[in-house]
Amino acid sequence: MQRDYKSFRLDWLTIILFFLLVGFGWVNITSASHVGDIIEYFDMNQPYGKQSFFIVLTLVLIVIVLSIEAKFYERFASIIYIFSIISLIGLFLFGKNVNGATSWYAIGGMTLQPSEFAKFATSLAVAKYISDMQTNITTLKDQLKTMAIIVLPAILILLQNDAGSTIVYAGFFFVFYREGLQQIYLIIGTAIIFLSVLALKFGILYTSIISAVFILALYFYRRKKKSSIIQSIVILLLCIGFSFGIKYFYTDILKDHQKDRISLWLRLEKDPAKLELMKKKEAYNLLQSEEAIKSGGFTGKGYLEGTRTTGKFVPEQHTDYIFSTVGEEWGFLGSALVVILFVALLIRILHLAELQKSQFSRVYGYCVASILFVHFMINVGMVMGLIPTVGIPLPFFSYGGSSLWGFTILLFIFVKLDSNRINEW
Amino acid sequence: MRKLLLTSIVFSVGLIFIARLFYLQVYNQDTYSLYDDNAIRKVYDYPKRGYVYDRNGKLLVANQPSYDVMFIPREVKPLDTLEFCSLLRITKEDFNRIYDKAYIYSPRLPSVFIPQLSREEYAVLQEKIRKFQGFYIQKRSLRDYQTTIGANVLGDIGEVNNAIIDNNPYYNMGDLIGKQGVEKTYEEILRGVKGIKFIQKDRFNRDLGPYKDGIYDTLPKAGHDITITIDAVLQEYGELLMQNKRGGIIAIEPSSGEILAMVSAPTYNPNLLVGRQRSANFSKLYNDSIAKPLFDRGLQAQYPPGSPFKVLNALIGLQEQVVTTDDQFGCRMGYYVGSRRLTGCHSHSSPLAMNGGIAQSCNAYFANVYRRIIDKHKDAGDGMDVWSNHVKSFGLGNYLNNDLAVGQKGRIPDAAFYDKWYGKDRWASTYIISNAIGQGEVEATPIQLANMVAAIGNRGYYFTPHIIKNIEGEKIDSKYTTPNYTTIDKQYFEPVVQGMFDVYNHGTASTLQVPGIEICGKTGTAENFVRINGVKTQLTDHSIFVAFAPKDNPKIAIAVFVENGYWGSRFAGRIASLMIEKYIKGEITRKDMETWILTHGLETEYSKPYSGKPFTINKGATIDIVEPPKTDKDLKKNSVNVKAKTTN
Repeated sequence: MQRDYKSFRLDWLTIILFFLLVGFGWVNITSASHVGDIIEYFDMNQPYGKQSFFIVLTLVLIVIVLSIEAKFYERFASIIYIFSIISLIGLFLFGKNVNGATSWYAIGGMTLQPSEFAKFATSLAVAKYISDMQTNITTLKDQLKTMAIIVLPAILILLQNDAGSTIVYAGFFFVFYREGLQQIYLIIGTAIIFLSVLALKFGILYTSIISAVFILALYFYRRKKKSSIIQSIVILLLCIGFSFGIKYFYTDILKDHQKDRISLWLRLEKDPAKLELMKKKEAYNLLQSEEAIKSGGFTGKGYLEGTRTTGKFVPEQHTDYIFSTVGEEWGFLGSALVVILFVALLIRILHLAELQKSQFSRVYGYCVASILFVHFMINVGMVMGLIPTVGIPLPFFSYGGSSLWGFTILLFIFVKLDSNRINEW
Repeated sequence: MRKLLLTSIVFSVGLIFIARLFYLQVYNQDTYSLYDDNAIRKVYDYPKRGYVYDRNGKLLVANQPSYDVMFIPREVKPLDTLEFCSLLRITKEDFNRIYDKAYIYSPRLPSVFIPQLSREEYAVLQEKIRKFQGFYIQKRSLRDYQTTIGANVLGDIGEVNNAIIDNNPYYNMGDLIGKQGVEKTYEEILRGVKGIKFIQKDRFNRDLGPYKDGIYDTLPKAGHDITITIDAVLQEYGELLMQNKRGGIIAIEPSSGEILAMVSAPTYNPNLLVGRQRSANFSKLYNDSIAKPLFDRGLQAQYPPGSPFKVLNALIGLQEQVVTTDDQFGCRMGYYVGSRRLTGCHSHSSPLAMNGGIAQSCNAYFANVYRRIIDKHKDAGDGMDVWSNHVKSFGLGNYLNNDLAVGQKGRIPDAAFYDKWYGKDRWASTYIISNAIGQGEVEATPIQLANMVAAIGNRGYYFTPHIIKNIEGEKIDSKYTTPNYTTIDKQYFEPVVQGMFDVYNHGTASTLQVPGIEICGKTGTAENFVRINGVKTQLTDHSIFVAFAPKDNPKIAIAVFVENGYWGSRFAGRIASLMIEKYIKGEITRKDMETWILTHGLETEYSKPYSGKPFTINKGATIDIVEPPKTDKDLKKNSVNVKAKTTN
């Protein structure tokens, strides 16, 4: 009895959600990438055929990941991390340039993207470091050291010109916060986001006024607690300084295409002639994908019936823009289902993470949830026009071997850790 | 708290996404339509537009093919431009200009290279087009008028404008639609229904093949041919008589309401509005704001009806039993109340009974009759309304509600009209005495007057005047075959008809008699005013004539207006008599009348008020002596030698 219970302690709900996403993803990749009739599901000349092959390999990977002893991941976390960093550095020497990013190794006819694997490696390293008895995340020294673990791969990826994948590493903030990072970081983080949007959208003057009003209100509210007026003024000056900084960053540091993406998102461009031009260039993908989603309506046009999908109106539709296929062919019902599946999977992972008895497993679980969440939020938000364009895939859904394998390993290491929780004392 | 941060963010993001999806896909959603989907190319197949025949089966409007040279810039391969340009009679610069413009529009989509080739150009190019890759010839269908007459009747077709496209989903950019005349009123019957093919395209606008194997595609339905009530011979003759004059002729068959001729002068050759020159010619016609060739005077011009209106007052007087055919009224060169002369008259024997009153067109006679009609009731307003209703029962004062593209209401005043003008109970029959003789506040279009005469010829009823005679495979609207009865009893018509007959026998039209045809008619001479630079200016009277013939079982009822033609029998009476003879006999015996009409014009008279110099009217009117058109070719050229002379 006891034995049966132990051997079946895999969390089947997570696994079912995983397969639903991968399966539905394949269905949509087929629709987005097929040319003419679908004759052969394993046609290696077609993206959907390749994806079939990737999924089969994924099954092999899952078996391997699950059959390795859970302790192995904790013990070899650092080694895996170092190996991953080396693979990233190696790109500078042997990397293959695709669409301006040097993020791929070409092995035979296949390409591998080490940044997809760096995510689970970094997660393991972060979990390992934070769960170390010596580490106290509330001290600045340990904060800096943990930051270093994250920043190293992030910078390497940025240097390969893959800004999208770099942003994902910001997700680790949620992990630190869960493990005891001071409240002040959350406040500062939120403030930075608000100030950036305000400064770009309404200009420095309005941002300063809004900050001043807000800080003044806070000052009077907290007067009983003896907050000093000088402190408030310093904070205000910092806010204003930051506004100037972000404005400078936007106008002088960002590349034109990045600037355009933000300008589109915040609707900064008012010149109709320039807007028309943007519609043909920067905004083209976004407009086409929104149009495709819109045209789906409540129930969608049906599998393989999407006119915009069939006409290949949305560039990169089978990779980053796969969600627009769901929107067009499966309508509101199908797209909402995908959102619900992702939310369910994330909540399930977070719930399981909280149940973990070892800190390593819990931190790792949080890392998994954070990374998946950032991908989900940015990708779906971008396809629907809620977030500026950032090229990152939708986990389990988008076409691509490296990302599918990377996310699968990321998730199933946690499934393995979770299955071992009964043995943790 | 720390445990819940990410969980709650995940939840919120999920909710925001579902809300956004709801907004995009459900809330902000027009129902999906294949027609609006720009991933689907709609290819239309246009059916043949129906032909138009006259009442005797003569083909008036057919179709002709037109050939456009089309090209797709990207597919153009290096070619012998010298040969190509000489074939199309263009220069190398033209070639580059057209090519560059189209390339900017779209390298992948077809553009027109040269529109509407002539048949000769097409014949030559057709042989060689294969040598020029990326170019091809596209066939379109244009109208082909088999005649030079009836521009205002037949109308024309042109490209739809945005307002039409917005209001009618059938039409797309570049479709042709009837713009005027029967092309407009019978648009849906003539055009048929276009077929459509749905073709899936990709983001470069390239065709991928039929959408869903063509299950939504439809075949075109050909347009129906129509026969109109116009007699092309009579129409052509009417247009000939109206050369160098302005005005309108409407001829109706009283027993059916069919319009036999509908002349508006000046007019134009309908072939001007076909093909490459259409827009240039249309602007020219449209911008002629003085002669207004696009203004259909037979249907749209509202003139004071003048003396022909008197016969209605005679009928109403009899119906209301305020006058008998024997009652006599004196005339002292006008009608007097006390010592004030309300209206003048010309010299004739006095006193007169009804027959003489009509034949001599005595103003005083009808002033008396009119006052008796109005003053029959204690309140002038009641009398006015009774009178107004009788008049309106003849189809006056409102739209005829028929199948002509344009029309006007005219104006028949009633009590409310004068109450508003003078104030309630502040007016009497003497105030409005001008209505007795068709001046004052009454106005009518030529077609309304022709219809009124038809009702008199029928002794009490009329069929709504219409232009459709027969639609291939369909019935015409029953409203054109149901009689409309007037409020005058049949017995009262005979003395009035006799009066109109005597207009020809010994009255104001005695010089216009046509041997062998009993014509009943009535002359009219209407004072009229225009505003020139803001100043109300009186111009020479309009020459008006209405008639029907033969006296019993009439075959034709006619109204003729000649603007500023002075007295009724001078221009309009002659034209009406000639038209009647032409229709009934098919040939003209009164050659003297025909020659006079063809050799006299009014262009100088029309230009006088706009010359800026002082001018004289009526007795000081000017008449042009013109060379009569000898052949059809002269007619079309419309160039005549003009010698002006002033009468008296």
